[in-house]
Amino acid sequence: MTPGIESAYAKRKIAARAATVASSAAVVLALAPLVAIFLHVAVRGVRALSVSFFTEPVGARGAGMANAVFGTIQLVLLASAMGIPLGIAGGLYLSECRHTRLARAVRFCADVLAGVPSILVGVAVYAVVVVRMKQFSAFAGAAALAIVMLPLVVRTTDVLARAVPDSLREAALALGATRWRTAIFVVLRTAAPGIRSGCMLAVARVCGETAPLLFTAYNNRFFNDSLFDPTSTLQVQIFTYTMTPNEDWHAQAWAAALVLVAIVVVLDVLARRLVERKEVA
Amino acid sequence: MTPSALPSSSREAPRALRITDAARGSGDRVFGAVGAVAAGFLGLVLVTVAVCVVHLAWPSIRETGLSFFGTSAWDPARDVYGALAFVWGTAMTSVVALCLAVPIGLGVAVFLTDLGPRPLRRPVSSLVELLAAIPSVVYGLWAAFVVAPLLRSSIEPALAAIGGPLFRGPPMGVGILCASIVLAIMVLPTIATVSRDVLAAVPSELREGALALGATSWDVVRLVVVPHARRGLFGAVLLGFGRAVGETIAVATVIGSRADVSLSLFAPGYTMSSVIANEFPSATSDLHVAALAEVGLLLFVVTVAFNVAARLLVRGERYGRALTVPAGNR
Amino acid sequence: MTESIDSIRLRAARPLEAEPVKMRATSLSAWFGDKRALSNISMPLVERKVTAVIGPSGCGKSTFIRCLNRMHEVVAGARVSGDVLLDGKSIYAPDVDPVRVRRRVGMVFQKPNPFPTMSIRDNVLAGLRLSGIEPPDEDALVEEVLGRVALWDEVKDSLDRPGGELSGGQQQRLCIARCLALEPEVVLMDEPCSSLDPVATAKIEELIHDLRDRYTIVVVTHSMQQAARVSDYTAFFYLGELVEYDHADVIFTKPSDPRTEDYITGRFG
Repeated sequence: MTPGIESAYAKRKIAARAATVASSAAVVLALAPLVAIFLHVAVRGVRALSVSFFTEPVGARGAGMANAVFGTIQLVLLASAMGIPLGIAGGLYLSECRHTRLARAVRFCADVLAGVPSILVGVAVYAVVVVRMKQFSAFAGAAALAIVMLPLVVRTTDVLARAVPDSLREAALALGATRWRTAIFVVLRTAAPGIRSGCMLAVARVCGETAPLLFTAYNNRFFNDSLFDPTSTLQVQIFTYTMTPNEDWHAQAWAAALVLVAIVVVLDVLARRLVERKEVA
Repeated sequence: MTPSALPSSSREAPRALRITDAARGSGDRVFGAVGAVAAGFLGLVLVTVAVCVVHLAWPSIRETGLSFFGTSAWDPARDVYGALAFVWGTAMTSVVALCLAVPIGLGVAVFLTDLGPRPLRRPVSSLVELLAAIPSVVYGLWAAFVVAPLLRSSIEPALAAIGGPLFRGPPMGVGILCASIVLAIMVLPTIATVSRDVLAAVPSELREGALALGATSWDVVRLVVVPHARRGLFGAVLLGFGRAVGETIAVATVIGSRADVSLSLFAPGYTMSSVIANEFPSATSDLHVAALAEVGLLLFVVTVAFNVAARLLVRGERYGRALTVPAGNR
Repeated sequence: MTESIDSIRLRAARPLEAEPVKMRATSLSAWFGDKRALSNISMPLVERKVTAVIGPSGCGKSTFIRCLNRMHEVVAGARVSGDVLLDGKSIYAPDVDPVRVRRRVGMVFQKPNPFPTMSIRDNVLAGLRLSGIEPPDEDALVEEVLGRVALWDEVKDSLDRPGGELSGGQQQRLCIARCLALEPEVVLMDEPCSSLDPVATAKIEELIHDLRDRYTIVVVTHSMQQAARVSDYTAFFYLGELVEYDHADVIFTKPSDPRTEDYITGRFG
C-alpha cells in the first residue's frame, strides 16, 4: 500500500477503535442505572423487610403490607384471566385470517393501544366502570390491567402464530382438518412455548403498572371484602408512601419495591429462559 | 395415495376426520366469530378510551375551547384551568430525556449488532431488556431518594457553575432535570432494542459486501448499516418520544408538581400525565375532572400520533427488506 | 483412508508446482461452532489462472473461499485452523489485519449485493473511498472499470440511479466492478451466477475469461459445465474434504478418484 492509503487506513482504524470504545461506554452508561437500582432496592429493601410485612395489613399496627401483596396478586390474576384468553383468541384470529380488512385494522389498533399511556386506560375504565358502579373496585383495577395486557398478548400471539410455517397448516388441512382445528391443534400448539413466554412478560409488565390503578382499584388500608371494594396494591402503596414525608413509610416503600422487583424479575427471567431453552432444543 | 397408506402415515387422522366432518362449517364459523369478536374487542377498547376521554373532557372543551392550551393558570380552588404549563413540562422533559437517551441508545444498539464483542452481545441485550421490566413506580422511588438528593448536593451546583438559561435557580433536586434523567433511563431500552432490531434487519450480504472491500467494522456501520436503516432508526426515536410523553408515575414523583413555565432545568414543573395522576383521584368539581380529561385528550392525540408515525417508519423498513430479498434464495 | 486421499492429492498437485503460486492453503480446517465444515485442505491457487471449486451443496466450497480472505470469521462461532499463504506469507498470522487481506483479496458474492443507498457510481467507488484513496479522475475510473465488466454502455446514462434498480445480472457485474476498482490481486467469486438467468450467466463467464490475464481468480460453482468452461484448474470438494485437485481438463476427462468421477458423471450431488 502507498503511504497515502497507509495513513488513511491508520485513521480509519483509529476511528473504528474509537467507535467501539464509545459504544461500550454507552453500554456502561445504560447499565449503570440498572445496577444502581438493583443495589439500592436490595439493600434498603432487605433492611426494611420483616415477617409482619407479609402478615399485617397497612391499616394495622406494625409494618405490614399483606393486603397490598394480596391485592397485587388478586388484580394480576383477575386481569390475566380476562386478558390472556381474549388476547390469544384475538391474536390467533389475526394470524389465521391475516388478510381480512378487520385483521389489518385490529393489528393497527393493537399497535396504537400499546402506545397509549396507561393512565388514559385508567381514565377510560374510571368513566365506564367506576362511575357506573359508583365506587372504586378491584374489578375496575383488574379491567384496566387487562386492557394494558391485551395488545401485548395479541401482538405476541399474532407474530408467533404467523411464524408457524404454512406447510404445517397445509399438512393438517390435507388430512381433512378444519381451519379452526388446524388453528388450535397445529398452529397454537406449535407456537405455545413462545406464547407462554409472551404472556409471562405481559404479566410481569402489569405487575408494575401503577398509573391505571390510581383511580380504578384506588387504595384500601385493609383487605378488601369483595372484588367490588377498593383494593390496595403494592404499586399504588409504593407511590403513596414515596409521596409522603415519613421515614417509616419510605422504608416500607423500599421493602415493597424489593418484593415487586423480585416478582417482575423472576417472571422476566423465567420467560426468557423458557424461550431460550426452546431455541437450543 | 393407496387406502392402506392413510392409517400408517397418521394414526390420528381417521378420528380427527370423523369429528371434523360433522363439525365442518359450523365449527369454522364459530371459530371465526369468536376470533373476530376477540380481535374486534381490542378495536372497541381503543375507541372506548378515546370516546370516554372526549366525553369526560367535553364540559371543559365547551367552556374554554382552544384557549385552554394557551394559558398556564391552573387553580382548581378557583376553577380556573389552563394547560400550557403541562404541555411545556411534557415537551421539556421529553426533549431533554431524548437528548440523553438517543445517543446512548443508538450506541448500545450498534454495540449489540456490530461493534461489541460477540460473547457479550446476548447478555447485554438481556440486561437492557431487563431495564425495561423494572416498574415505573420503582424508578420513581429510586429517583426520589437517590437521584434527586445527588442532583441537589452535587450535580446541579456543578451545572449552575456553567450558567446559562437552562441551569438557573436554586438546586432543588426534584424538578425538570430529575424527571428528564429518569425518563431517559426509562425510554433507553425502547430506543436501544427497537434500533437493535432495525440494525439487525439490515441484510448481512451488505455487511459482508463492505467487509470484503476492506471496510473496518465502523466503516460498515457508518457507510452501509446506518444509511440503510435510517428510517427505522428515526422510528425508534419517535417510539421513545411517545413513551417519554406518556410516562406517568416516575415523572409524577420527581417533577416537583408546580404548574409553571420556566426555561430552567432546575425548576419544578408538571407534565400532562403526572397532573392527571396526582389530581384526578381527588378532583371534586366537574370542571376540574373535565379539564384533566382535556389534558388527557391532548396526551392521547400526541402519543397516538407519535406511535402511528413510528410504526409506519419501522414497518416500512421491514417491507423494504422484503422487497430487496428475492424469494427462493438460500 | 486419509492416507490414500493425501497421496492422491500430492500426486495431483506435484506437476502443478512449476507454475507460480499466488495463494496456498495448508492443512486448512474450518468450523461453525462444533460443526466442522472443512477438514485439512491443502491446495495451491495458481497466479493469473482461474481455479474452480466444485462439489455438491454443503461440501464446504463456499467456506473454503471465505477462509481465503478471512470472511469466514465474520460469522458468529466460526473458527479456522491451519494456514493460508498469500505470496508466501500467512494471512492468519497474529499481526495481520484482516482488513488489509480483504483489500488484496476481493470477493464477489452469490447474491448480488450492491449498496442500495448508493448510486451506481458510488458503488463503483465505494471500496476506494473506504480505503481513503482519491483517484485523480473519478469519472475516467468509473468508465474504465464499468467498461471492463461490460456494463458501461448499459448504465452510462444512469450513473446516479441507485444500484438496486439494475437487473440481477447487471447488479452482479456492478459488484464485480466494485471489487475490481480496488485493484485486488485475487478475486474470489462465490457462485456468482447462481441467481442469474442464462444470458446474464454467459456474460459473467465471458467476463471471468477476460479477467484472468490480470487477476488470480477462484470461482465456486455447483455447475460442472461452468467449471469446465471457465477454469484452468479445478478442485473437487466432498463432505468438507478436498478429494481431487488438477488441471480442469484432467478432472473432467480422467479423474483419478472414483468419487470425482461419480460426481462429474452425475451419479450424485
